[in-house]
Amino acid sequence: MDHLPTLVSEARDAIQAAQDVPALEELRVRYLGKKGEVTALLKGLGKLSAEERPAAGERINQAKQTLAGEIDAKRQALDSAALDARLAAERIDVTLPGRGQAEGGLHPVTRTLERIEGLFTRIGYDVAVGPEIEDDYHNFEALNIPAHHPARGMADTFYFDATRLLRTHTSPVQVRTMKNSELPLRIVCPGRVYRSDSDLTHTPMFHQVEGLLVDEGVSFADLKGTIEDFLQAFFERDDLSVRFRPSYFPFTEPSAEVDIQCVMCSGKGCRVCSHSGWLEVMGCGMVHPEVFRHSGIDTERYTGFAFGMGAERLAMLRYGVNDLRLFFENDLRFLRQFA
Amino acid sequence: MKFSEQWLREWVSPQLGTQAIADQITMAGLEVDAVEAVAALFSGVVVAEVLSKEKHPDADKLNVCTVNDGSEAPVQVVCGAANVEVGQKIPFAQVGGVLPGDFKIKKAKLRGVESRGMICSASELGLEEDTSPGILVLPESAPVGVDFREFMHLDDMTIEVDLTPNRGDCLSIKGLAREVGVLNRLALSAPDIEPVSAEIDDTFSVSVEAPEKCPRYVGRVIKGVNVKAETPLWMVERLRRSGIRSIDPVVDITNYVMLELGQPLHAFDRDNLNGQIIVRLAQADEQLTLLDGQQVSLRPETLVIADEAGPLAMAGIMGGENSGVSEATQTIFLESAFFTPLAIAGQARSYGLHTDASHRFERGVDPQLASVAVERATRLLIDICGGKAGPVGETTNDAHMPVPSTILLREARLESALSKKLAGDDVTDILERLGLDVTPQADGWSVVAPSWRFDVAIEEDLIEEIARIHGYNNLPVRRPAARLALRSADEATLTQAQLRRQMVARGFQEAVTYSFVAPELQAALLPDAVSPVLANPISADLSVMRASLFPGLVRAMEHNLNRQQTRVRLFETGLVFNGELDQLSQIPMMGALACGSRESEGWSGSKERIDFYDLKGDLESLLALGGNLDAWRFEPAEHPALHPGQSAQILFKGEHAGWIGTLHPQVRAKLGLKVDAVLFEVRLDTLSQGSIPAFEALSRFPEVRRDLAFTVKDEVPVQALLDCARAQSGDYLKDITLFDVYAGKGVADGHKSIALGLTWQHPSRTLNDEEINQLIDSIVTQVRVQLEAELRG
Repeated sequence: MDHLPTLVSEARDAIQAAQDVPALEELRVRYLGKKGEVTALLKGLGKLSAEERPAAGERINQAKQTLAGEIDAKRQALDSAALDARLAAERIDVTLPGRGQAEGGLHPVTRTLERIEGLFTRIGYDVAVGPEIEDDYHNFEALNIPAHHPARGMADTFYFDATRLLRTHTSPVQVRTMKNSELPLRIVCPGRVYRSDSDLTHTPMFHQVEGLLVDEGVSFADLKGTIEDFLQAFFERDDLSVRFRPSYFPFTEPSAEVDIQCVMCSGKGCRVCSHSGWLEVMGCGMVHPEVFRHSGIDTERYTGFAFGMGAERLAMLRYGVNDLRLFFENDLRFLRQFA
Repeated sequence: MKFSEQWLREWVSPQLGTQAIADQITMAGLEVDAVEAVAALFSGVVVAEVLSKEKHPDADKLNVCTVNDGSEAPVQVVCGAANVEVGQKIPFAQVGGVLPGDFKIKKAKLRGVESRGMICSASELGLEEDTSPGILVLPESAPVGVDFREFMHLDDMTIEVDLTPNRGDCLSIKGLAREVGVLNRLALSAPDIEPVSAEIDDTFSVSVEAPEKCPRYVGRVIKGVNVKAETPLWMVERLRRSGIRSIDPVVDITNYVMLELGQPLHAFDRDNLNGQIIVRLAQADEQLTLLDGQQVSLRPETLVIADEAGPLAMAGIMGGENSGVSEATQTIFLESAFFTPLAIAGQARSYGLHTDASHRFERGVDPQLASVAVERATRLLIDICGGKAGPVGETTNDAHMPVPSTILLREARLESALSKKLAGDDVTDILERLGLDVTPQADGWSVVAPSWRFDVAIEEDLIEEIARIHGYNNLPVRRPAARLALRSADEATLTQAQLRRQMVARGFQEAVTYSFVAPELQAALLPDAVSPVLANPISADLSVMRASLFPGLVRAMEHNLNRQQTRVRLFETGLVFNGELDQLSQIPMMGALACGSRESEGWSGSKERIDFYDLKGDLESLLALGGNLDAWRFEPAEHPALHPGQSAQILFKGEHAGWIGTLHPQVRAKLGLKVDAVLFEVRLDTLSQGSIPAFEALSRFPEVRRDLAFTVKDEVPVQALLDCARAQSGDYLKDITLFDVYAGKGVADGHKSIALGLTWQHPSRTLNDEEINQLIDSIVTQVRVQLEAELRG
């Protein structure tokens, strides 16, 4: 009994000196376990007189609690040190790049086409597509371009035989859609088109988006509004100047070419706009009654407008691409720039 | 059409600068392509006369000349041109003058001889693009001492307009002036064209056998013409400014009248004509040698000008070599005809020709011009070449002359088309200025188009004319109104955009390759493919339509491998073309190609190269998008472009939908490719067929999992084992997974071990061991019977 203070003091030193959790556990068993030294003292209480017993018991229990508390505290300290050590050991370089497949990317033409489609589908246009090997009727006749019409010289056509050809525009899709749809009609027709022309500024294949709206009471003002809205939305420039120049397409009347203020120089004049301040970006017009007649549409009741643009041209202006031919070389160094 | 501004201003001269005129006509639909100075900037050049010429004492190729440049004393100048002669009038750059390119003329010594100025060539003055070898020789009448720019009227601009095919009426100074006059409300001051009265009686008989194609033929004999006369400089210059070279005075005059009035003319040598002029269709295979020396075999739909001996000219397109005017010509027969646009349209192109005449006739030449043009040309001919004119002979078939249509323009239609009410007076004014005959009606106007406007036939044409002259940009702008109608959206269908994005997420770059490919490349990959061949390809390399996306993808891979790219992952969507034209299918496909390392180069990746299973995984991720993976199967099958042991046919609901495989080593070698590549292509219409999710209740009862390993012969596909096991697994199989495939130690040669994990679960009770064991027994039995597969111990 008398050696209790010494025992406690010894035990405390030992606890403080413990290096790890197993050593600490050993100390707990040694002092507080069933056969531990402090427990033994408790067992020895029976030998004391009834008068001595309560005070001695209290002292031993106190010692026991003290030691138990010290062991817990030491254990927490050891746990926390162990965690710290483990965390330190597990430190990684978070600046290393992440693992896994690198992302690819869409072709800039697709990106442009999707964007144009998106602008129009959001206001209720549908997307229509069609064959690329077309016949003379759908590519020319039904669009009011009869055989030998000088307008056939406007687009150099790839032929397979006397009547089959690669479509020179996506207008045949409009023809096919008008025949098979109920009015009113609002469509955009994106796709590949072909012209036998190949130089710095022409590739034998390129992409167009054409649009068509047919309804009652559609006027030239609706066309102007749609085109202005579209171009300002496409280039994200509310103040983009748009002008309409009379032109000629056999399938529209009146017809117009559309110029925008040069997006490269804001109209001040630069190499891209040949120092004119204007860029020709698309063609449009009111659907020619002859085209409606081919599709059996009542020209007294319905009017409509159509427009068409080259996707590569718009992509070049939007992203600053300076060489058309890059679009079809599929050079990864080019493609990756549009991811 | 290219023209001189000065020439235009003789007809109509608005108070506008050159650029303002160009802008004005551009905005009226006559798009100006270029405005250029007629001559480069130079100064101090005068007309001078060569007084003397002597050989340079120390240089063989140089002459020492003196010239009279109008100053007090003759000026000595050294000249290197071979064509310099005494008596010539020449452009002379005086000391102090500046030639194009800021070339200053100074006093100089050339091999010891003093030279005070320079005798100039056309190219040195920026008048011609090509370097002409000699000095420019001016007409004898050129006045010595006069500033050369002034003498040549060089302070002028050429304006080039890119006319749309409907505006044939503007293919002349007269037509352009008419348009400028309309826009500026100015009257034209046309040159006086007085009829030239006949001085002789000579005529030449004309018989028009095809009046529907040639409703009017005007001809005139002019006798005693001196073809060796010189075309006056002013005419040469005007022709030059329109891009036409001077040839001889007769040709120059016909060209000049064509440019001035728009009427193509043709001059025959009267003495080479036999009997009479016959305007008729060609007989099949009649031969004609054209002016340019080309021999053509005529087709029967081609209109010709013939005489009794045979065809002389392709009507409205090009004259013949033998009947044309030559230096020996004394008497000419001048033709000024109206050939209908339909008679000429397409003809020139079908012979590979395109001439100033055919360009105009195809678009429509004013039928009322023929006689006027003859008078104009006669006057010029007699003035320049001399000669005496016979009477004008005209053959007109009124039944076939174009009848100007009367068009009703409704006021209400005009207003609704433009969303603007225009004052009636303005409408009348615009139309009348354009030369239309306007009669007001109760609710609009009755309008007759002038003979030169072939493009005005219907109400919309009038609306366009009014809009154009009023100014498109002065018309209102509004947004179309539409009813808001919801449209059904097909939830099961995957869009191309979704499929493309999945490929992008899997690390592929989208390619866009040409739809036409090199036949050799296609044949190397798809020897049996039949696809349409272009009749007029841009090059042999781009002449056959692709029957598959493989050729384009392989070509794109090659392009990148040749540019230090070692890892290429590309995909493309687009049509492929299969079959002859009459049984053609144009099918949208998605294709992909991958080569190089499995992962992009990095700190953690392995250097392993991709193989079949990598690309199959990419493809399966696409197939899984629709929630329909079970509808897809891969079956071993051979494809000429693919490794026979590493290729599969892709089936969707049992139907062929595409191919996947490693590029055939032989094909690779043939194409000279150094690396392995894996490819697939699948029909987009199958890829896009997804399904709408259908909920199945979650079971509260435990799952039972059993793992089974079998050994089978190598050639047995895993799919067969899976199918067989699945078929024996009862109704409550939830899942079957393949968790190991192994060959090597512990497995007999020619065999592989396949480990399957099967999971069962019953919706409403716990499954007991007995029923599971029964299922497993039947699986083990059936795979043994069907596939000779043995359960591993």
